[in-house]
Amino acid sequence: MAKSITVDDLDIYYGDFLAVQGVNMTIKARSVTAFIGPSGCGKSTMLRSLNRMHEVIPGARVEGKVMVDGQSLYDNAVDPVAVRRQIGMVFQRPNPFPTMSIYENVLAGNRLNAKKMKKAEADEIVERSLKGANLWNEVKDRLGKPGMGLSGGQQQRLCIARAIAVEPQVLLMDEPCSALDPISTSAIEDLIHELKSDYTIVIVTHNMQQAARVSDETGFFNLKAAGQPGQLVEFNNTQKMFANPDNESTEAYISGRFG
Amino acid sequence: MSTTLKPAPVSVASIPLTHGHLPRGAEILVGVVAAAAAGLFPLLLGWGLVAWVIVSVILFIVGLTVWSAIVETRRSATDRMVTALVWTAFGIALVPLVSLLWTVVSKGVPAINSTFLSYSAFRTSLDQPIGIYHAIVGTLVITLCAVVISVPIGIFAAIYLVEYGKGNRLARGITFLVDVMTGIPSIVAGLFAFSMFTAFFGAGYRAGIGGAVALSLLMIPIVVRSTEEMLRLVPDDLREAAYALGTPKWRTITKVVLRTSLGGIITGVTLATARIIGETAPLLLIAGLTTRTNVNPFEGFMTTLPVFIYSQFQKGTAADFELAWGTALVLVIIVLLLNIVARVIGKIFAPKTGR
Repeated sequence: MAKSITVDDLDIYYGDFLAVQGVNMTIKARSVTAFIGPSGCGKSTMLRSLNRMHEVIPGARVEGKVMVDGQSLYDNAVDPVAVRRQIGMVFQRPNPFPTMSIYENVLAGNRLNAKKMKKAEADEIVERSLKGANLWNEVKDRLGKPGMGLSGGQQQRLCIARAIAVEPQVLLMDEPCSALDPISTSAIEDLIHELKSDYTIVIVTHNMQQAARVSDETGFFNLKAAGQPGQLVEFNNTQKMFANPDNESTEAYISGRFG
Repeated sequence: MSTTLKPAPVSVASIPLTHGHLPRGAEILVGVVAAAAAGLFPLLLGWGLVAWVIVSVILFIVGLTVWSAIVETRRSATDRMVTALVWTAFGIALVPLVSLLWTVVSKGVPAINSTFLSYSAFRTSLDQPIGIYHAIVGTLVITLCAVVISVPIGIFAAIYLVEYGKGNRLARGITFLVDVMTGIPSIVAGLFAFSMFTAFFGAGYRAGIGGAVALSLLMIPIVVRSTEEMLRLVPDDLREAAYALGTPKWRTITKVVLRTSLGGIITGVTLATARIIGETAPLLLIAGLTTRTNVNPFEGFMTTLPVFIYSQFQKGTAADFELAWGTALVLVIIVLLLNIVARVIGKIFAPKTGR
């Protein structure tokens, strides 16, 4: 069920502003790909363009191609809603629905799409997703309680459970651990390792150790110069990237001599 | 461990960290003294109660500030003076409210009895008691019609403004017009409804529905504005979370955005209802005045509570005045109940934190 993504000469605009220019990469199926780079260089923009989420912002558009298993995401005939059902997303800040219980939050993807299902089937999806997100043992006795009552780390895992409950083929994660403490972060990193066997995962992170720990391949984004659009500087195997990067500025960034 | 550390050198001219304090209960003491001192004026000069209270408050503020300035620091004196001024302002703001409620309750209670609420003002014999049943029914029917007209229009307009318009030219124009509509004098709304119904149904058409249309003109802008504010409060995070799950926009709006802000929207609608339920002028024009009970908003005159109060004051006998005060009390109670309902509903539908 996991799919690979090919990005071909992609330019991303906000109105007239060119945010990211000329990205080419291939994201392998059933692997973890990390995007690193300084703030404002277009990592999140790039990530959001992979499931057409950036279109939610008025005036945002792309030029170029994003192919998922050979199908172009930006064809006229493609429905962005259908794309997002296939390519799930977890955000920087945990955002469970405040009016829903833990149980309803996990099922939100199905319920919001008015999918009819039996109670037993729903229970099974909830249990499987929460187990998948390593949260089941902590919440199994209080599934009816509001999702907002959980701690930050638990809320983020709840959001991951909600994302995998609709069984997407690709999971995009936009700095999923930036608001979490080290223990929750470690729980989520373990989870990413487990999810890798079923999903294609793309993660944006500011934490280079995290990128080194969880990812198989890494893309380094940087601005061409101040005021210029962001670009993909290097895309490489993570081990190679952190040991012996091809590009000088990558090495400068990874070793902390950035500038 | 750190035996080598020397104690910090004691500075000779250290910053003073303490200063004098007024004794506990200084405010009460000053208050009693101020009230007693001010009491001399009514005794010696024959001033009234109001003058006594005003002089007491002035003496209290001046006395407390001066005493604090002498004993404490300048900053404490300023603090005490401003605190006293803020409390005074709060008290002044309460005066009209309490006075109004007291007048309405004290004058209205004697009028209220079992026949007052269950009889209309239409008499079939001279000894029959007069009640306001017809006006209560009229108020409920006309207000209900106004709510039914205003709520869908107002909420849909707000959804357009927040979710679809997003600051384009049309949305900005609508927002401006809504703001203008908020300030429309109610009599103008009544004239508009009157001329509209005259144009459609011929001269002299007067019925409850006309009143409801006039009231909804006043209610729609309030509903739009309050709903708009509530929808803007819903974080974009939640919309994005729903989109990322592959939810279409309209379902995101109905199931996430509206659901999250439901408590606030219902509160806003209820408060808007409370605001229009007391309107008189437009109803005098278009809904007419009658003593009979009429439940059909599409035919015949219909009297509401405020219009009935107005007509009773016009008649001008003592018995009419009593009826008017009783009606005013009923109206105030209905508005109060609506406010309580709004608060309860707001609580029930508010997003739960679970903490």
